[in-house]
Amino acid sequence: MVDIVLLTFLVILGMAIIRLGSLFAAVMLTGIFSLVAACLYVSMDAVDVAFTEAAVGGGIATLLFLSTIALTTSQEKSKEKVSMSALIVVLLTGTFLMFGVADIPKFGDSSAPAHRYLSDRYINKSPNEIGVPNMVTSVLASYRGYDTMGEVTVIFTAGIAVLMLLGRGRRSRAGRNGAIPNSDQSSSVSQREKGTV
Amino acid sequence: MEHHLVLRVVAKLLIPMILIFALYVQFHGDYGPGGGFQAGVIFASALILYSLIFGVENARSVISFNVLRIISAFGLLLYIGVGIAALISGGNFLDYNVLASDPVSGQHIGILLIELGVGMTVAAVMMMTFFIFSRP
Repeated sequence: MVDIVLLTFLVILGMAIIRLGSLFAAVMLTGIFSLVAACLYVSMDAVDVAFTEAAVGGGIATLLFLSTIALTTSQEKSKEKVSMSALIVVLLTGTFLMFGVADIPKFGDSSAPAHRYLSDRYINKSPNEIGVPNMVTSVLASYRGYDTMGEVTVIFTAGIAVLMLLGRGRRSRAGRNGAIPNSDQSSSVSQREKGTV
Repeated sequence: MEHHLVLRVVAKLLIPMILIFALYVQFHGDYGPGGGFQAGVIFASALILYSLIFGVENARSVISFNVLRIISAFGLLLYIGVGIAALISGGNFLDYNVLASDPVSGQHIGILLIELGVGMTVAAVMMMTFFIFSRP
C-alpha cells in the first residue's frame, strides 16, 4: 500500500518535472523525487541504497543542477515542435521495456536467480570469511572490490572530465575576465543563490 | 548571503554536525548502512553548505583547489595501493586476507582502507565539481 502511494507520487512528480517551464522549480522537484525514491527503497529494506539516493540524488545532484542554473539560465527555452520520429522511438523503447519488465522476478521471490545460490553463499559464509556485520559492505568492498574500484575510477574520471571541460586554466581565465564584464555574472549568481537558500 | 543572520547561525551549528555524521558514516559502514560513497557525498555537502552561506572564496581558503585535486587522486591510489599490497603479500589483487596475520582482521583492515580511499575521492571530486561550477 505504501509502495503504491509512493510510486504514484513518483509518477506525478515525473510528469510535473516534464511539464514545468521553470528550471529552478524542476530542479527542486527532482530533489523531492529522489527523496520519495529513497523512501521507497527504505520500504523495500534497501537502507544502503536509500541512503545513497538521499545523499547523492537529493543532495549533491540537486546542488550541481542549481549551480548549473546559476551559470546558465533558469527558464526553459520555448517549446519546439514535437518530432514524430523521436516520439516513435520513445514509444517503441517504452513498449519493449514493458515487455522486459514482465520477465523480472517478483519482489522477494525466493526462486529468483539471484536468490538461488548467491544470496545463500553470502549470508552463510560472509560472517566467517569477512566478519563484518553489514553484509552490503562486505559484498561491496570485499567480494566485489574490483567492481567498486571501477566505480571509484569512474567518479575520478568524471571529475577530471569536468575539470578539463570547465576548469579553465589561470591564464585563459585572466583573458576571459578582461573580455566579459564580470560583475553582471556574479550578481546573477548571488541572486539565484538567494533563491535557493 | 552575509546578511542572513538566521542562516549563518543555523549553518554554523549544522556544519560541524554534518562533518561528524560524515565521519560516522565513513567508519561505521562496517556495522550499519553507509560507506565511502555516502560519507564522501555528505562531507562534500557540508563544505558546499559552507560556501553557499559564507561565500566560495572563504571555502576555497578552507581547502584549496590543488589540495582537492591531490586528495581525489590519492583516494583512488590508496584503493589500488591496497590491492597491490595484497599482491605483494602473496595474495590475489584486492585479496585482503593476506594483509594481516589472520584473514578476518586482514579483511577489516582492507575494507577500512579502501572505504577511506572511496570517501576521499568522492568527497574531493564533488567539492571540486562544485568549485568549478561556482567559478564566476
